[in-house]
Amino acid sequence: MKILGYRIPAAASLLIWGVLWEIVGRSGTVFILPPLSDVLSALVELVERSSFQTAALETLESFAIGMTVAIIGGVALGFLMGRNAAANNVLGMWVNIMASAPLSSLVPVLMLLFGLGQLTIVVTVILFSIWIIALDTYAGVRHISTSLDEMAKSFSASSWQLLTKVLFWAALPEILAGIRIGLIRAVKGIVIGQLLISVVALGRLFRTFSDNFQFENFWALTLILFVFALGFSSVLGWLEHKVEYYAGSRI
Amino acid sequence: MSLATDMTDTVKTPGAIDGGNVVEVRNVTKFYDGDIHALDSVDLGFPAGQMTTLLGPSGCGKTTMLKIIAGLLEPTSGEIFVNGKQVTGPGPERAFVFQDFALLPWATVLRNVAFGLELRGDSKAEREEIGRHYIAEVGLSGFEQKYPHELSGGMRQRVGLARALAVNADVLLMDEPFSAVDEQTRRKFQEDLLHLLSAEKKSVIFVTHSIEEAVYVSDQIVLLSPRPGRIHSTIRPDIDRGISPDDIRRDKNYLDTVETIWQDLRKYLD
Repeated sequence: MKILGYRIPAAASLLIWGVLWEIVGRSGTVFILPPLSDVLSALVELVERSSFQTAALETLESFAIGMTVAIIGGVALGFLMGRNAAANNVLGMWVNIMASAPLSSLVPVLMLLFGLGQLTIVVTVILFSIWIIALDTYAGVRHISTSLDEMAKSFSASSWQLLTKVLFWAALPEILAGIRIGLIRAVKGIVIGQLLISVVALGRLFRTFSDNFQFENFWALTLILFVFALGFSSVLGWLEHKVEYYAGSRI
Repeated sequence: MSLATDMTDTVKTPGAIDGGNVVEVRNVTKFYDGDIHALDSVDLGFPAGQMTTLLGPSGCGKTTMLKIIAGLLEPTSGEIFVNGKQVTGPGPERAFVFQDFALLPWATVLRNVAFGLELRGDSKAEREEIGRHYIAEVGLSGFEQKYPHELSGGMRQRVGLARALAVNADVLLMDEPFSAVDEQTRRKFQEDLLHLLSAEKKSVIFVTHSIEEAVYVSDQIVLLSPRPGRIHSTIRPDIDRGISPDDIRRDKNYLDTVETIWQDLRKYLD
């Protein structure tokens, strides 16, 4: 973006929104929206609290476990569907349905099934992200040129070599894109899930803050989640960019 | 002038490699999806140490034939013999050069060239030494650490050729290797290929749709008719390989052979 010949970094728009937030907050017209400066000071205070730290760690741990399972399961599912027509016939429709289903409505059911603990969060993360990872991996696998496949076979590659030395790397750009989208969905899943359950980890804090009209803390927590999701997504975006050059040169 | 000879006399009894044929194709028929008849009882012998070209209009099954010989496609019926032994899949005595290069975009030139050795399980030091040797052979020294997207089309195919040479197969199978390469590069590449092959003593089966290319590079040209692919005729261009490339392209026998093949093939165009 250029204004009057000066290059303005894209992040500058954040500043404008921040100023706007501060003004609206100070005017006091919207009572659930305190000024940004108050939210930021609440944020600093919040991250120092041990209740927050335990809750955040608990959430992060469930998140990491869930994402690991989702990535391994989703990539395996995508490869199975991409390389095996019968598997695709059986699974394809269901994976597509699950990827577009309103999964948040399932969260209360999960709570009944898995109780009010970390397991529910883990299952929520898996459920929200695995399908899109599988679909993107599938797209990546279908995209691999047949001549790469034939090349490996012409040198008598074993199925395992074909998978680990050729197919996985050839599908990697799509797999990473799937993981990035899956991760963002998982963050949503966690927020929705924990808000609905509201008894474990960060969800309980959210509930406490909104029930007690502690809007500074509520917004601070929201900001933290935003930064968290954005940070993860940027790291994956950067990784994707690293492999992009060969995504484009595939024939 | 009779350049065409009947191919039926090269059919050999099973199991034998008389006449020094490195590859023999016996009675191969190929149907795709049950109804597209790509090849119809083809019998063909490929002399050891020579360059044989499969030439024909598009849809004559020449690439199909090459992939069946490579073991990448299964014939509907018929047999393939390599060095006298029947083969049903890919093997180390054959190496394939792909039309679209089929390089690993995430691997360096060196790793690409040595990829066949890597799959075979050679040690890193061993395969890199062989890799460097063949990179030099195809004239790409200094590009070992480059990636395919940093190379031109012609250079990428040189990598593909070096990869096929590196596994030291007896037979090179080349599927229209120059069709994705521009004209100037293609001529230089053809000259280099002939030079390299005369030193490496390989048998080559070459697929092309360019008559000039076929006549320029081949010891033997097999003309295929359109679907279902059958052998139309076999031609052995009588060209003195001792003269310079530019003289070959002006040679009377070269030009006559190109003309004869063109007259043969043009009737399939309508």
